[in-house]
Amino acid sequence: MTSLLDVNGLTKTFGGLVAVNNVTIQIQARSISAIIGPNGAGKTTLFNLLTGIYQPDKGSVVFAGKGLVGLRPDQVNAAGMTRTFQSIRLFHNMTVLENVMVGMHARLRVSLLQTLFRPPAFGRQEAHVRQRASELLRFVGLGGRGDEISRNLPYGDQRRIELARALAGDPKLILLDEPTAGMNPNESETAMNLFRRVRDDLGVTVVLIEHDMKVVMGISEHISVLDYGEKIAEGTPAEIRSNQRVIEAYLGRRAASEHPPLPAS
Amino acid sequence: MTAIPSSLSPLAALRRLYRQPLIAGGVLLAYVALALLLLLNLDRRDVWFPQYTMLVFPLIVFAPFLVLESPLPTLAKGLSLALLLGVAVPLIGIYDSTYLELMIQISIFSALALGLNIVVGFAGLLDLGYIAFFAVGAYIWAVFTSVADTIFRTGFEFAPLTIGGNTLIAGFNVAPMAVAGTGLITVGSITLPLHAFYLFIFFGVLLAAVAGILLGLPVLRLRGDYLAIVTLGFGEIIRVLFNNLGEPGNITNGAQGLHGVMQPGSAFLIDPVNGIAGVMGVTLRTPAPVASQMLFYFLAIGIVGLIILLAQRLDNSPIGRAWTAIREDEVAAIAMGVPLVRMKLLAFATGAACAGAVGVLYAAKQTFVSPESFSLLQSINILAMVIVGGMGGIKGALLGASIVTLLNLHVLTNFALQINALRNIDYVIPAGSLFLTLALVTALVLYIIWRSTRSIYDAGQQLRSRLTGSVITLVLAGLLATRIVDFHIADWPSQLTPDKYQRFVFGILLVLMMLFRPEGLLPSARRKLELHREETVHEAEDIPDLDQRKTDDDFAAGR
Ligand SMILES: Nc1ncnc2c1ncn2[C@@H]1O[C@H](COP(=O)(O)OP(=O)(O)OP(=O)(O)O)[C@@H](O)[C@H]1O
Ligand SMILES: [Mg+2]
Repeated sequence: MTSLLDVNGLTKTFGGLVAVNNVTIQIQARSISAIIGPNGAGKTTLFNLLTGIYQPDKGSVVFAGKGLVGLRPDQVNAAGMTRTFQSIRLFHNMTVLENVMVGMHARLRVSLLQTLFRPPAFGRQEAHVRQRASELLRFVGLGGRGDEISRNLPYGDQRRIELARALAGDPKLILLDEPTAGMNPNESETAMNLFRRVRDDLGVTVVLIEHDMKVVMGISEHISVLDYGEKIAEGTPAEIRSNQRVIEAYLGRRAASEHPPLPAS
Repeated sequence: MTAIPSSLSPLAALRRLYRQPLIAGGVLLAYVALALLLLLNLDRRDVWFPQYTMLVFPLIVFAPFLVLESPLPTLAKGLSLALLLGVAVPLIGIYDSTYLELMIQISIFSALALGLNIVVGFAGLLDLGYIAFFAVGAYIWAVFTSVADTIFRTGFEFAPLTIGGNTLIAGFNVAPMAVAGTGLITVGSITLPLHAFYLFIFFGVLLAAVAGILLGLPVLRLRGDYLAIVTLGFGEIIRVLFNNLGEPGNITNGAQGLHGVMQPGSAFLIDPVNGIAGVMGVTLRTPAPVASQMLFYFLAIGIVGLIILLAQRLDNSPIGRAWTAIREDEVAAIAMGVPLVRMKLLAFATGAACAGAVGVLYAAKQTFVSPESFSLLQSINILAMVIVGGMGGIKGALLGASIVTLLNLHVLTNFALQINALRNIDYVIPAGSLFLTLALVTALVLYIIWRSTRSIYDAGQQLRSRLTGSVITLVLAGLLATRIVDFHIADWPSQLTPDKYQRFVFGILLVLMMLFRPEGLLPSARRKLELHREETVHEAEDIPDLDQRKTDDDFAAGR
């Protein structure tokens, strides 16, 4: 089986800090994978590198046969890789529907002349955008709430808007950065089902960063573990659960915070 | 106990009444009829004329906004606007052409405010050099048609450029191109009729758009205050450029400016204007200037109409949504596939294009263009219009432009004229009315103090602020009251006429706006939300802001 996303030797340093160090990851098409690791392990930075928000110092990203390094974020989005953010980044003062409509931008014909002269094609496209956005809102469970201002929705629903907005661009792969953070177990459960439906019904490959081990173990088919920017392990949930280095990375970090820092070995 | 429902307040009751189409229609009709009646009966020879015109003419200017805010059906609104702007205003203009001039100025500034609103209001890009695009439009027409001795009229000989005996650039001659004052525009071997003016409006649009893109390119990665500073610099560069292009090849005639700029032919309007004047019982001593003003008036409102259409269609499209998204969260927008560079340049270009179009018109109307008209102050002026009206809204920009222009060119000027007129007849204001005025002003100041301290949560501090403010105000008022006597207007120092502190009044207006209505008079729904949100802003910490990433050198190199 060929992989949809091929990350090879990706490295990013901030000043002296190596945030992502020589990370190699393969993501299979139509899979659900997780990336885990302690705080500050470089998970979000990895997503930022993949989506073009940051440019890597070294390494390559091949997505659906296409090199992504050097592309701008909007070009990455157009290539079919989209994302959500760890801290929700909605367009807070736009309506829920408008948020999702913006997500379709890369798939639209955006021409100044069409906008000004409004040929029938323009109206058709706008109608289609509206309809598709409503469909997606129904898909994430926000049907009928399109006209509300997104800032006024509760936290969990805002995460749903962000998901719908990301899905609006018809992506092949979606990167979810801690999508269940701040949810109670019930909400997490619903969210997990939703992510499964994203893969099963829409055929979108899912990669998520997660701290909640119940979610991670419950949903992912493949897990990669980052620590200090390096990939220290990967495998199935069962393999990761029993991996000594992973346990150390998590426990070791906790131990280090309880005792004075040990000299680096 | 529940508070009194707002529907019981008299203002709300009036508003509710105005929501009935029939009543609103009647009110509008009565309003416009009254305003027209008052205006057409004013007599310039009356000592009190400046005061009357100062109060009455704004009624006409605000009538279109009453129509727009009325509950009338769209067709009725359109008809009312057409009657107001297409019939009533021209009639007033024939009666007294200074009103026509004012309407042209208001329209020009409306166009500018609308254009700037696209950049600042829609896309959220603070532009302090916007007047430069207006200048570009004005100069492109003026340079070709002015009677000044520019190289286009005189031709020019470029001396060869030699350094150490080596000729770097061979000398060459430019033949005279434009022949002004002949009713023809000659550019090189092409001779254009004066109707080319309309073509030049189009050129103005194109050239200003290009200038907009030129400004946009270097500032793409900047936001907020950084952006403001660079655009400010850009505006000044353009002005200084026009100031200095008088040497060595005289292109813009430098600081003297270009005079004798041609106007498009308006002779065809002389007969109709004379005819209407005859019907109104007015005799026009010089109908030609009125006809030309009439032409400019209709051109100006035509351009404003087109820009309104442009702004509406942009706002209501994927482009408009992308702009809003960029304004709200640039990182999220770009991650969702919005091409930042393209969209920002588009905002700069379309905004600039509006100024370019109206710039050409301005040059022809004034017949004189000089760098002085395009100072930073003008950019700020236009920005203030957008802010006063309400950022992001189309009606707001129009209202802001109307209010500020009226204030600058009509209200304060006439106030000064009134004082002069009264000075000449040695008018005496009785102490009684001064007392009354003082009492009113004091009440107003107390009210402002009361309102502006509402947002202080600490009850003790609020009380202290209110008490100190009130006591100071009352003591000052009391001191003033003891000095009040019958006042001879002639004693008013001539340095203190109202038109001399235009900026002061203007500043006060802005301060009051920001205190009481930061979203502007007619805000767009979204702006209102932005400014009145309860503080539940989700601060994103996983991605630094784009402008902080300036230090991230790969980002700088990448884009
Ligand atoms: N723009 C930046 N400039 C400097 N340092 C950064 C930048 N972005 C991230 N870092 C650093 O890189 C490291 C990895 O950060 P990252 O946000 O990727 O961690 P994470 O695995 O997502 O952690 P968390 O689980 O807390 O979200 C951290 O030490 C962080 O401080
Ligand atoms: Mg993170």
